[in-house]
Amino acid sequence: MTNNLRVKSSKFIDETYKISFKFNNKTYYGYKGDTLASALLANNIHLVGRSFKYHRPRGIMTAGSEEPNAIVQLHKNTSRTEPNVRATEIEIYEGLEASSQNCWPSVNFDIGGINNFLSPVLPAGFYYKTFMWPASFWEKYEYFIRKSAGLGKSPTEPDPDIYEHKYIHCDVLVIGAGISGIIAAKTSAKNGFKTLLLDEKPHLGGSTIYQNSEYFKINNQISSSWLEKEINEIKKIDNLEIKTRTSVAAFHGYNFLLARENLTDHLPLHQRDGKVRHRLLKIRAKKVISATGSLERPLVFDNNDRPGILLSSAIEKYSNLFGVACGQKNIIFTNNDSAYETAISLFQKGIKIEAIIDNRENVDSKLVKEIEKNNIKIYKGYTVVNTFGYKRINKISIMQLSKDGQKVVGSKISIDCDCLGMSGGWTPAVHLFTQSGGKLKFRDEDQVFIPDTYPSDQISIGSCNGEFTLDEILSSISKKLKDFLNIKKTEYENLEIQSHFNKTKRNIWLLPSDKIIGKTKPFVDYQNDATAKDIKLALREGFRSIEHVKRYTTTGMGTDQGKLGNMHALGIISETAGSKMGELGTTTFRPPYTPLTFGTIVGRNVGEYFDVFRKTPIHDWHVENKAKFENVGQWKRAWFYPKKNESMHEAVQRESKAARDSAGILDASTLGKIDIKGTDASEFLNRVYTNAWSKLDIGKCRYGLMLNEDGMVYDDGVTTRLDENHYIMTTTTGGAATVLGKLEDYLQTEWPELDVYLTSVTDHYATISVCGPNSKKIISKVIPNLDLSDEKFPHMSFKNTKIDKVKCRVMRISFTGEQSYEINVQANYGKSVWKKCMEAGKEFNITPYGTETMHLLRAEKGFIIVGQDTDATMTPIDLQMDWIVSKKKYDFIGKRSLYRSDTIREDRKQLIGLVTENPKEVLEEGAQIVLDASKSPVEMLGHVTSSYYSPNLEKSIALGVVKGGKNMIGQKLIIPMENKQINVTITDPVFLDKENKRLNA
Amino acid sequence: MFLIHCPYCGEREQSEFKAGGEAHIVRPKQPTELSDDQWAEYLFMRKNIKGVQFERWVHTHGCRKWFNMVRDTSNDEIKAIYKMGEKPPTKYK
Ligand SMILES: [Zn+2]
Repeated sequence: MTNNLRVKSSKFIDETYKISFKFNNKTYYGYKGDTLASALLANNIHLVGRSFKYHRPRGIMTAGSEEPNAIVQLHKNTSRTEPNVRATEIEIYEGLEASSQNCWPSVNFDIGGINNFLSPVLPAGFYYKTFMWPASFWEKYEYFIRKSAGLGKSPTEPDPDIYEHKYIHCDVLVIGAGISGIIAAKTSAKNGFKTLLLDEKPHLGGSTIYQNSEYFKINNQISSSWLEKEINEIKKIDNLEIKTRTSVAAFHGYNFLLARENLTDHLPLHQRDGKVRHRLLKIRAKKVISATGSLERPLVFDNNDRPGILLSSAIEKYSNLFGVACGQKNIIFTNNDSAYETAISLFQKGIKIEAIIDNRENVDSKLVKEIEKNNIKIYKGYTVVNTFGYKRINKISIMQLSKDGQKVVGSKISIDCDCLGMSGGWTPAVHLFTQSGGKLKFRDEDQVFIPDTYPSDQISIGSCNGEFTLDEILSSISKKLKDFLNIKKTEYENLEIQSHFNKTKRNIWLLPSDKIIGKTKPFVDYQNDATAKDIKLALREGFRSIEHVKRYTTTGMGTDQGKLGNMHALGIISETAGSKMGELGTTTFRPPYTPLTFGTIVGRNVGEYFDVFRKTPIHDWHVENKAKFENVGQWKRAWFYPKKNESMHEAVQRESKAARDSAGILDASTLGKIDIKGTDASEFLNRVYTNAWSKLDIGKCRYGLMLNEDGMVYDDGVTTRLDENHYIMTTTTGGAATVLGKLEDYLQTEWPELDVYLTSVTDHYATISVCGPNSKKIISKVIPNLDLSDEKFPHMSFKNTKIDKVKCRVMRISFTGEQSYEINVQANYGKSVWKKCMEAGKEFNITPYGTETMHLLRAEKGFIIVGQDTDATMTPIDLQMDWIVSKKKYDFIGKRSLYRSDTIREDRKQLIGLVTENPKEVLEEGAQIVLDASKSPVEMLGHVTSSYYSPNLEKSIALGVVKGGKNMIGQKLIIPMENKQINVTITDPVFLDKENKRLNA
Repeated sequence: MFLIHCPYCGEREQSEFKAGGEAHIVRPKQPTELSDDQWAEYLFMRKNIKGVQFERWVHTHGCRKWFNMVRDTSNDEIKAIYKMGEKPPTKYK
């Protein structure tokens, strides 16, 4: 196909650089500088997609990021394919492949199009009303709805592109490089402020840069020529950084902004390898100047959504910037003067204009006169009542508006066309401003919301502040910048401005029709297929808040966030409900302003950096020895070490047996370790643990339980007194950071008088635990000159010693019930000491065991795991650990809560042991425990918290919590499962070696 | 994201800090003397003000010091920051 719709060449398009691309599998040509939209229009393609609900044919409507319709799927390959790309924003490159979304089997023949004819039965809230009842059926409906709804495909392979994040700090950030932004950036930078200027487009200058009309002049130069000189100057300023193709996604409080810099999306694929695709800029600006411009409003009339209907300003941009005529028989439909700029620019290029339809009756500005002089018919006081043409507009019918604008009168006139440009005036782009917390005010004269109060050091200038004409902008900008930047003068004080814009506008939110509202389709939100009728229906059904109407009708909930239609929705609501626009407020604009890819958000945090993990100093050994790993917090812990074809169960049974029969070895380096020093260290421990610490001898260890102030168990671990004023506390692996935080909190805020210093030393030590009847023999080989006799080194004591020349601490403590020794050594010696123990233990079949075996062994002994057998509702009394709660201590964290009316209830859930009638049957952790399953409702007495098959006891054992369980030893209970009931008996939670003989065996 | 002026380190990003709830709730010196209701008052009752609120914050990924902040929750404006143990500024009471 030829580019038969190219008009006079544009300096933004390089006609010597031809680019081929594919759209819906057909090859087309465009030029360097084209967007996909402009290239398609040059090939006379308007129809690019189908609407979401009714599957109506839809075309390109805008020339910017507000595009609701021209949304395509980009790339064919499964790793780079990207849905929801706006054709108006993607620059074409050699090899680009795009296809229509939301249509099946093709854009020209779409099965879902039948919804268009069914639309009387698809009103607002249809999905809620129909498919949500009965609720259980939703799953079935959902499949069909999702399938016909489309919305593009996600990539199925990993993203090959690179993304990154960057922090930027600047004095002044200017958002938007239109005429206001350029002036602001230049003024700021020239006055010594470190300035950053961002614009989402590839070129600077906004819409003024392609404004070639004699009617708009600055200092006697056409405005675009004047601006071009300014742009050339700012490029030379040192302390001004300019980034194009960079869109601000979010404007948070304290002038913190997120912007996406697009670096490779415009390049052919083969030039992208190894380059960063998107860069997420995290910007802290001392001052922010928003010059984000404004968006043209569509007009709301029957069938205002056909391919070939565009915003008037988009037609002007396509013709002036891209050198493309959107049609050969154009009609302009407007309620204000700005569409005449489009008309004049088309006319000057020899593009035919059939007529101009103007809502206003009295119009006589210079622009209007120029049109009339050229014999173009203007229908003043008229409105479009309908449009025709299924896949492309081919005709409109118009009627005269009544004096009050509420009705149409007279007879219908039909005019043929292939393109209709509409202009409903302009809406300031205040999205970012409101995101930052700014409050808007409503300006009645031209029905716009403009910035009112600023939450941070920022201003809005230009059309985003409601200054729509060149003279309005330029006459006030100098003073604004002087006040904001606190400077004496600017270069823009005495500009001579020529602007022939008449500001009158006839604003009618919903244009009248000769048909009743139920018979028309005046679209308000194109992407979500919400019409004025839907909004009126929502109001009839009692919705009043704009936020509710939005959700009920889905107006403004598409990927474009209703950039085009939100104002009309508000207008129609206020007219119908008889409320004032200003009082109605707006819906909340949420970030991102334009969609971000996941890659941009994630940046470099992919693969192994997505969620970084912590490795113990012995990690490599576990890997070499084929350990399976388990995630515990950020840690990777060895879970079990399968031999050959062993299953997890087999490995754990073997490891558990070996640990009790001879010797086992565990990497316990992940346990939290807090070094506590100071003259008040003992007193501090007294206050944070439930038991007493003052009398603990130096060189002794003690188990401690820590509560929250509400009396619930928070953490546990063994603490050792290293010296008079020096302790080392161990915490659970997962609790290390929060325990330290909690201790610091109390020390700093409640007990600042205590002389105590806390240091986290978790990563400083490797901890190796050797347990079992042969552990003593093994340790004596590893550390020959350490006296391991029970008299010199009894259970719950510690020794400072050396392995070769390396200092280490050895604690004789046990989490398995076996005699065991815990060697703590400087982390970088961990692996070699571990290997030494393995070597020494060889003759005793020393068996490395992982966390699963550790859990099994401690369950045999009835030792709890905080977080598995407890869940922040368990007191030590509930755990049957009364023995660890000091009766003598006046106070400790959580003490008072242990005798609140709730915590002393007899029927609280309490920790118990469970054995099954069938000793081979292993319970499921989390299973409910009941007394009687036949009587409904069945009372849930509790649940299973830990469950294993014990190879040492040769039977199934479990821990659980049961209401009043403490006094129910011997009681038979039932565990109802999906297909069976399991009979269990409550027992003491200690299953093995109640007398603790093995500790000294 | 706020910029918070840590009284020990200076201005830092909010991501370095953690909020710790309402400020100036003193742990009773003699909890055992309190009735259930009085203890519950200390344990559970917290204000949730739209407007000026006194809060505790900690510079978790910095000096790890706790301090107090006066913040307007309606617009996130930080009105004042002062160290633990210092008197709250009276003009916001
Ligand atoms: Zn700090």
